[in-house]
Amino acid sequence: MDASNVISQFFSPAAWTFLKAVAGWFMSPIGFLVWTTLVKSAVLLGIVLGLVSYTVYAERRVSALIQDRLGPNRVGWQGLLQPVADALKLLLKENFTPKSANYFYFRLAPKLVMVPPILVLAVIPVGSSLFGVPITIASLNTGALYVLAISSISVYGIVLAGWSSNSKYPFLGGIRSSSQMISYELSLALSLVPVFMLIGSLNLDTIVHYQVEHGWLVFPFWPKGMTFSALWHPAEALNAFRAGLSLKHFLYWIPLFISFLLFLISMFAETNRLPFDLPEAEQELIGGYHTEYSSMGFALFFLGEYTAMIAGASAIITLFLGGWSLPLIPDGSHGWGWGIVNIVTFFAKVVALLLFFIWVRWTLPRFRFDQLMKLGWYFFFELAIVNIFLAAAVLTYIH
Amino acid sequence: MQLTLFWIFSLLMILFALGVVSLRSPISCALSLVGSFLALAALFVTLDAFFIGIIQVLVAAGAVMVLFLFIIMLLNLQAEERRPVKLSAMVGAGAIIFCFIKLLAEVIAASPLLSRPIPLLQETATNDIAMIGTTLFRSFNLPFQIIGVLLLVATVGVVLLSRRTLK
Repeated sequence: MDASNVISQFFSPAAWTFLKAVAGWFMSPIGFLVWTTLVKSAVLLGIVLGLVSYTVYAERRVSALIQDRLGPNRVGWQGLLQPVADALKLLLKENFTPKSANYFYFRLAPKLVMVPPILVLAVIPVGSSLFGVPITIASLNTGALYVLAISSISVYGIVLAGWSSNSKYPFLGGIRSSSQMISYELSLALSLVPVFMLIGSLNLDTIVHYQVEHGWLVFPFWPKGMTFSALWHPAEALNAFRAGLSLKHFLYWIPLFISFLLFLISMFAETNRLPFDLPEAEQELIGGYHTEYSSMGFALFFLGEYTAMIAGASAIITLFLGGWSLPLIPDGSHGWGWGIVNIVTFFAKVVALLLFFIWVRWTLPRFRFDQLMKLGWYFFFELAIVNIFLAAAVLTYIH
Repeated sequence: MQLTLFWIFSLLMILFALGVVSLRSPISCALSLVGSFLALAALFVTLDAFFIGIIQVLVAAGAVMVLFLFIIMLLNLQAEERRPVKLSAMVGAGAIIFCFIKLLAEVIAASPLLSRPIPLLQETATNDIAMIGTTLFRSFNLPFQIIGVLLLVATVGVVLLSRRTLK
């Protein structure tokens, strides 16, 4: 008598056939895909939203550190419960709508700000695989373009918020934001072309796997022979190390590094972070597009902005900083322990990049608006195009 | 599954398209058009044409319509919103739409090319970007290059014009 017969005694025959049918669906290819995708989405959303609330906390603590203050350190140990207190405060406030605002669009706008960054996370490979199931929710062949497309529609929420508030400062913020985001989308997309030319794929999983083999794209000197076992033989490791420092790798590295800088800086502009935070510039526009919002409306703008930061950081890490990979660490096919190590690696990189975002915000002053536009159109756009030709020249020279 | 999704997104697209012509506020019209574009992109995706779907979102919904919205907001068209719906205009539009659909149905019924089902894509063709790339660069290389030069000239022209106005 096997285990399933023992269990079947506790159910009526009809219930047992139903249970078996449900189990069969869960194990069938389509059913398996559906429930693993749902579990992956739920876990990823949980992790990212948790990360968002602690990024806000980190922003306040790090800014305090930089400005020689203390920051929020009262709620819980070192103020670690501050996000909970903030969330409660925002929920309990009055959800006020100004009399002259367009009610429908005024309420719609915060949701439109919140949704696109979450959609971006669907194609990001946050880990290799766990128990043989790939961690990426949707491994699209057009993954990198999907990221650009979704981040290009995130401007609607901000523009609508600015317009529907029917008030001067939010309107200025909305106008600034739309022109800024359109300008920097160009260099954001064009800066990636050398990456696609080198790898020959737009699939983010393929891009990460390329980096596992050939080294991170910001530092493509990782040689093929460098494995864990080579480390125990100094001569072998030294040879492999030398093989990595070839002229070929160095020539690749020049256009890729320019791409990385362009993408990183354009991402600051896309996420409206200082030194490009003109749409909400507190000193000029009070709060820009979200001046008129209170309670959950404001909270959604806040969450959307930080989720966009996390999505942007994830895109940068996936494309240039090796995704979930770390030198000498195997992927999830070598056991579930390594699968979890890969996921932790990815989020550790995200946190490091978020801290960099925060560091930059509290270090650099803001651009003037005409400077911002000039930088985007007269410098970044041209540099991105020249970089494509440079990459093409390097690739023809090498092959 | 595919058929269900087709009906959902087709209906959404038609609803948004009706919104474009029937809503009074210009902002609502522009946003309905965006919704219609997004539903069209979803239709492309259900046909496994991911690249075209995503380009639809990136170019039409993400770039062109943002500029439209931007300009509509700057103009602040109040008079447009107060204009009432005219019955005669609606009847006329209905007649034109009816004639157009009738014509289209006649053409499709008469055409030997469209009467038989369109062949499926090859089973091996999973990477639609590579497929589009090889088609563009092998079969349509010269037209593609010419369009590329045209777009480059347009871009340079725009930069030049905006520079001149700044001085």
